[in-house]
Amino acid sequence: MLRTAVRNVLAHKARLLMTMLAVLLGVAFVSGTLVFTSTLSTAFQKSSEKGFDHVDVAVLPDSSQSSGPGDAPALSQRLLEEAAALPGVAEATGSVSGFAALADKDGKLVGQGWSTLGANHYAGEDGRDDRYTMRDGRAPERDGEIALDAKTAERTGYEVGDTVRTSVNGPVRSEKVTGIFTTDDGNVAAGGTLVLFDTATAQRLYAAPGEFAEITLTAAPGTSQAALRGAVEEILPKTAEAVTGEKLAADQSRAIEEELSGMRTGMLVFAGIALFVGVFIIANTFTMLVAQRTKELALMRAVGASRRQVTRSVLIEALVVGAVAGVTGLAAGVGVAAGLRALMGSLGVTVPDGPLTVTGTTVLVSLAVGTVITVLAAWLPARRAAKIPPVAAMSSLHATPTTRGLVVRNSIGSVLVAAGAGLVLLGTGMDADAAKGPMGLGAAVMVIGVFVLTPLLSRPLIAAAGPLLRLFGVSGKLARQNAVRNPRRTAATASALMIGLTLITGLTVLAGGAQKGIEKMTAESLTADYVVSMANFSTLSPEVEEKLAADERVTAVSPLRSSPAEIDGDTEWVMGVSGEHIGDLLSMDFTDGSLAAFGGTKVVVDDETAERYGWEVGSTFPATFEDGERGELTVAGVYEGNEMVRSIMLDTSLLDPHMQRVDSMQVLVKAEGGVSEATQSALEAALGDNPAILVQDKEAMSEAIASLFTFMLNMLYGLLAMAVIVAVLGVVNTLAMSVFERSSEIGMLRAIGLDRRAVKRMVRLESVVISLFGGVMGIGLGVFFGWAAGEIIGSVLTTYELVLPWGRMALFLALAGVVGVLAALWPARRAARLNMLAAIKAE
Amino acid sequence: MTTSIQPVPAGLSGGLAAASATDLSKVYGAGETRVAALDRVSLDFRQGEFTAIMGPSGSGKSTLMHCMAGLDSVSSGSARIGDTELTTLKEKKLTQLRRDKIGFIFQAFNLLPTLNALENITLPLDIAGRKVDRAWLDQVVSTVGLSGRLGHRPSQLSGGQQQRVAVARALASRPEIIFGDEPTGNLDSRAGSEVLGFLRNSVRELGQTVVIVTHDPVAASYSDRVVFLADGRIVDDMASPTAEKVLERMKGFDAKGRTS
Repeated sequence: MLRTAVRNVLAHKARLLMTMLAVLLGVAFVSGTLVFTSTLSTAFQKSSEKGFDHVDVAVLPDSSQSSGPGDAPALSQRLLEEAAALPGVAEATGSVSGFAALADKDGKLVGQGWSTLGANHYAGEDGRDDRYTMRDGRAPERDGEIALDAKTAERTGYEVGDTVRTSVNGPVRSEKVTGIFTTDDGNVAAGGTLVLFDTATAQRLYAAPGEFAEITLTAAPGTSQAALRGAVEEILPKTAEAVTGEKLAADQSRAIEEELSGMRTGMLVFAGIALFVGVFIIANTFTMLVAQRTKELALMRAVGASRRQVTRSVLIEALVVGAVAGVTGLAAGVGVAAGLRALMGSLGVTVPDGPLTVTGTTVLVSLAVGTVITVLAAWLPARRAAKIPPVAAMSSLHATPTTRGLVVRNSIGSVLVAAGAGLVLLGTGMDADAAKGPMGLGAAVMVIGVFVLTPLLSRPLIAAAGPLLRLFGVSGKLARQNAVRNPRRTAATASALMIGLTLITGLTVLAGGAQKGIEKMTAESLTADYVVSMANFSTLSPEVEEKLAADERVTAVSPLRSSPAEIDGDTEWVMGVSGEHIGDLLSMDFTDGSLAAFGGTKVVVDDETAERYGWEVGSTFPATFEDGERGELTVAGVYEGNEMVRSIMLDTSLLDPHMQRVDSMQVLVKAEGGVSEATQSALEAALGDNPAILVQDKEAMSEAIASLFTFMLNMLYGLLAMAVIVAVLGVVNTLAMSVFERSSEIGMLRAIGLDRRAVKRMVRLESVVISLFGGVMGIGLGVFFGWAAGEIIGSVLTTYELVLPWGRMALFLALAGVVGVLAALWPARRAARLNMLAAIKAE
Repeated sequence: MTTSIQPVPAGLSGGLAAASATDLSKVYGAGETRVAALDRVSLDFRQGEFTAIMGPSGSGKSTLMHCMAGLDSVSSGSARIGDTELTTLKEKKLTQLRRDKIGFIFQAFNLLPTLNALENITLPLDIAGRKVDRAWLDQVVSTVGLSGRLGHRPSQLSGGQQQRVAVARALASRPEIIFGDEPTGNLDSRAGSEVLGFLRNSVRELGQTVVIVTHDPVAASYSDRVVFLADGRIVDDMASPTAEKVLERMKGFDAKGRTS
């Protein structure tokens, strides 16, 4: 049986090629994902291990001892000195770090914002910091001096003695580069930027004078990490904890693993979709092969092969195909991983260098996925093969699949679609959380129902294309009839394409609605002309609003500060704003009271919070601020909250004194004459043309939101492209098989005078019709799911609005048409090149 | 009517030739493996005549038909349909010629299963984009006895009926000549004789020119003239054949084949 199966695979290798490619692509996606993530993981692990080389024990603020409002600073200079004096400690280093924007020579921000960090250079007794080796110059010693990491210096062309512009939380700082250093720091290894300040400056910028975020200790020879930790713990305050370097490294490696596993899961979901699409193609191919080989299989039965043997022979064939596709897919996956890394590099995301990592798991999973998927998909066709009676060997009847059995199929399909749609509709009326279950289940059931129903749907939908096809004369007429000739085959082919397009359309509808919703919300709730924020969305110092307020064009300015406060035992994030100007900058609809009395201890509250605490205008409540002090606040007004503004709002004059570090998330500005280019540049100039600060008007914010959505959608499109490509292979496969099966017909048509162009056109039109059929179903389902999911989002994001992306939908439909044309290229060529005489004789 | 069935020896005809071959050769392979399927064959198919081509397997009878019908290329010589020289025609023109001037009947019927009988009959006209001549079509349909079955799909018709649809298809476009490649090869004798009867009627009543390739003496007996081929050459040309005469002649070949 094995020999027969292998011979069959070899005999049909051309016809199995597309199937193999489909499986191969799916496997390549899976193995590519696995290789890529494990390569990243290995590289990050290595760089993080290096980063902890200098750390035997680290002292950190204890995160479990919730540093809620009122907690004292954890790591002081005194603690550091005490730790340094402990027996067994070779050296103690204190560090603080945070965001530090660096402008390149053109004034642009270096790097991505997330990976541009600043830290302190902790000068030990010999004036050196073991973590950093000065390659040129010396370490920074006072305010106004910095050192740059060597890679960044190379990239920007800065040298010792240059003056560079940096920004930590708003104001532009002009600094002199005193040194260029090399380091094992993980962030730098991963392509980030590191700016070193002297310790006092860094503490002032990132913490408070004399305070560290972390103290690291190296052990004297002969002292173990555990022993050192024990010794340090003796002197620690309750709010700090000591962790060994080993544990830190392990924790970080686990964090990296977790982060990457999220990415891996995400990508595997899309690989799974591609594989699922592949299942249709595999099943289709084996169904066709079995049908074509009816006589052969019946002969095997006639000469004594049992049903099980026939089934097994088909399954072994599938196994061989799957195994070959698995192996080649794995190899292709390694290429995919290398390509992904290069792609990320070219997108500006720096990933650490290192060899591609192919683990045993990757190999096993790839091979297993390839073979298991193929064998499972071939299961039904194999069962069908076994049902062929031995007598079929004698009859000359072609085993053309009938429409028999479609009645049962259609009934099941209708029930599934109705049930699925019902569940989805039920979900739209529910809360966001409760809706997930019924909606997800409903969508799955409905899609399966549509799969089952596609053969039925194919006739009317393709008939609808009739008038258009008539324009193409005989070719069009024949193409239409060929497309509905084998409804099951057409359905399976179109379904494969449908899956990708359903997801693509659904996501596009959702993203469009959400984008519109957010834009609308911004437009409705903001009356400010400009919003000033940090490029990496970190905080801005109060200096920013002061500088802006000093500009004569500015008529109103308010920071948006955020600070935790304890109210009624719960932590609420309260918002500090300028009571004088906020009314000009935010549009708030008051259901009760107004902004008139706002200021001092008079606060305004959003309706939800007010309801939760049972407040109304005039209610008073106690609050414990960040610094532990208590205050009595009075509600002056209740406004309708939305996703942008929903909190207890109080005046900065009240909040600022209680904040540990006074900074704002954003600053809102209204200027004389509204938005204009001149105003924008004036505001930017007022802030010292800081590369790290964004000054955006509403339009720019909309654009930023739009570009964020575009980026996200493009990424999803990219991930779903594989599913579409696999579906295209399916169309090619179906057409090639059809051309092969109909070769005598095509030969006859050629003989009685259909020219090559018309034959090509016939195949092409059939392909386009099948593809458009899949496209129409996919877009239809996508819109439905997009609408349903949007209903749920709408219950959270009140301004969400269903926007049917007509342009995109037309584009997707056109794409389906193009898919059809492309898929037909090879089969149509084959059909046109058919040897007429051989084709007519072959019967 | 009677004059038109009078056989006229090849080459002597004053009547117009619907198709003709001059020194037609078809060679496969080269050198040692060189095989001449047709060896300088010259032949006319006269208008309004029913010709049968016969010969043992491998005699080149099918090749001759394929070459003269523009389905196969020739190695040398000339093949003409009416005044049109086929050997110099480009693929596209040749396809057009087949479409407009030639009708085909195949052994395996070769109907399109997706089209009903009527649609199959008018297929060549559809391909050419020509209008259907209703009166002619009715005449053809009634000649082959398919009225009442025009809405059926091929799978709903018997083999004989399917071949009658094929005959009607060949007739529908009023081609200058109809070629049939073993048109009764897949039929039982009753259905076969029906189809041959229709072909003969089309010659008698509609003035059609028909050429068939067959190895069946009974089928050949329906024709006006039988051309015998052996080893790629014309070895005999028989007028007013009967099944017995043809069978006798064929036996002669077999004997000669064995002795030579």
